Amino acid sequence: MTSRRDFLVAAGSLAGGVALASAAGAARATPAAMQEAIRKVVGEAQIRRGRVRLEIPPLVDNGNAVPLTVSVESPMTQVDHVKAIHVFAEKNPLPNVLSAYFNARAGRARVVTRIRLADSQTVTAIAELSDGSFWTDTVDVVVTLSACLEEFV
Amino acid sequence: MARAVVKLPSTVKRGEIVEIRTLVQHAMETGFRRTQLGEVIPRNIIRTFVCAYNGKEIFRAGLHPAIAANPLLAFTTVATESGTITFTWTGDNGFSVTESATITVE
Repeated sequence: MTSRRDFLVAAGSLAGGVALASAAGAARATPAAMQEAIRKVVGEAQIRRGRVRLEIPPLVDNGNAVPLTVSVESPMTQVDHVKAIHVFAEKNPLPNVLSAYFNARAGRARVVTRIRLADSQTVTAIAELSDGSFWTDTVDVVVTLSACLEEFV
Repeated sequence: MARAVVKLPSTVKRGEIVEIRTLVQHAMETGFRRTQLGEVIPRNIIRTFVCAYNGKEIFRAGLHPAIAANPLLAFTTVATESGTITFTWTGDNGFSVTESATITVE
């Protein structure tokens, strides 16, 4: 006889299997596609690590709305300010996530939004400064329920 | 007509850094999802957001399908003078919403 506990365990593993199968069949970007998208924005410039702070929860229950904050250390003056912040996700169907453009009137280089993540992956933020330099920060995120890739509505 | 909500302090001191939070109603359909018949649901997203302070642009954002439904955007600006701050969202299928808020600088 099947106990209630056995039934629940079996049902749970079945549901997990279905979710995995549906995610595996769908199109997604690769780290190479993300590099290409980054090069389109940055050009040949060197990207250095630091100054940028990407805040995103390391463990995400629901990939449909993941809080994201990007801030950059900068005095935000006319001569030294952050021109843009770009966010990329390597395993989303499209690696581009957000491009935010600032000028010296922002006071602080900081943007808050909510994003979708299709899979556990590395999220990258890149800041473009007024002196032409690029700075970056990356965070590894584990996603349990993915967004974007549902097969059926 | 999509609803837009903008939150910022109504009265601030000159030179203060003000946080502006914006929220707009939109499904942000990615264009990667399919119906049960296997047809791709066409993309329908907000592409750009522009914020102008007394007519001068202070913040702009380019949005992609990876932005969650009902996009939230929060950013800051330096309070320079009293006036109007306008917010414009534009997107696919002719989507366009404009919202404005007044700010008093002491």
